Amino acid sequence: MSKKARLWLLAVGGIGVAVLLAFAVFDLPGFGGTSHPYGDRAVRSALARHTANAISSVNFDQRAFDTLGEESILFAAVLGTVVLLRETRDEHSEPPEPVHVDPPVRRYALITLPVTLLIGLYVIAHGQLSPGGGFQGGVIAATALHLLYIAVDYKALEHIRPAAAYAVADAAGEAAYVLLGTAGLLAGSAFLANFLPYGTLNTLSSGGTVPLLNAAIGVEVAGAIVVLLARFLDQALEIEGGGAGGPRRHDEEGRR
Amino acid sequence: MADLLIVLALTLVVAAATAAVFTRNPARQALVLALLGLALAVVFTVLQSPDVALSQLAVGSALTPLMLLLAVRKVRGRGRHDGRAREPR
Repeated sequence: MSKKARLWLLAVGGIGVAVLLAFAVFDLPGFGGTSHPYGDRAVRSALARHTANAISSVNFDQRAFDTLGEESILFAAVLGTVVLLRETRDEHSEPPEPVHVDPPVRRYALITLPVTLLIGLYVIAHGQLSPGGGFQGGVIAATALHLLYIAVDYKALEHIRPAAAYAVADAAGEAAYVLLGTAGLLAGSAFLANFLPYGTLNTLSSGGTVPLLNAAIGVEVAGAIVVLLARFLDQALEIEGGGAGGPRRHDEEGRR
Repeated sequence: MADLLIVLALTLVVAAATAAVFTRNPARQALVLALLGLALAVVFTVLQSPDVALSQLAVGSALTPLMLLLAVRKVRGRGRHDGRAREPR
């Protein structure tokens, strides 16, 4: 296709999207109105199932299947990263040298690490009660561990973070979600049905399967983020050579 | 009062997003992106959706800039490696 034809195609597609968007936007209810049909229904169902955080009720009960799709996207993306960023045959690993860390930086990172980790675990545990949940808490907990890299160095981080174990946690979280869904199927109604007793509203054990699915997501996301960052950190700090061919160029020079 | 807060927060987002586009150095751009994530988190909080604000804060202000910085370091490291390999010539 010539450049001109491609530009025409782009223009037609762009104008089409713009027109459709304009129509859709002018049909929307006004900003900040008082009528929220979906919100009202979602909150009513959430309270009927004794889940204080309506968002978690939507994510892990009313639309739990959507969440399965989303976590599978994250799982597949991290799997792809692991495959792409592995150490190839013409690369080698060199442990990075320890670097000097300024005492104030070290102190700050070492104090914030346990606090951040605790916040992450709290956000996961209270997903059915207050804002947050497995996804947010998982990301917070996983990034909290990396404060050790800022406080000390990469070797220290690798000690407390065996990437292989976190990869297993990632897969286990994903599997637990599917298994809990299947349990709903076996318990008599449908895949991912909320089959457990709903409990007392606004307590940790309320919401039936919501806290369990939420915890599964928390484990999956924390594992996924740790593995993802581990592959990036390995590439940035340890793995050398390969790619555009540092060593290969050496060989050519040797032959000449 | 609430409207004023929303307008202020949205202005902050527009300013941060424009700054991110005009920052050419990728390492600096990562920092500007973190600020943009923070501004978006403020918007979501003002609009009463703390769940989304938390996600935005964790992913947009911490995770994405960190991955960008690591990628920049890897690419620059490779450039240095090539330079050293060519030196003996």
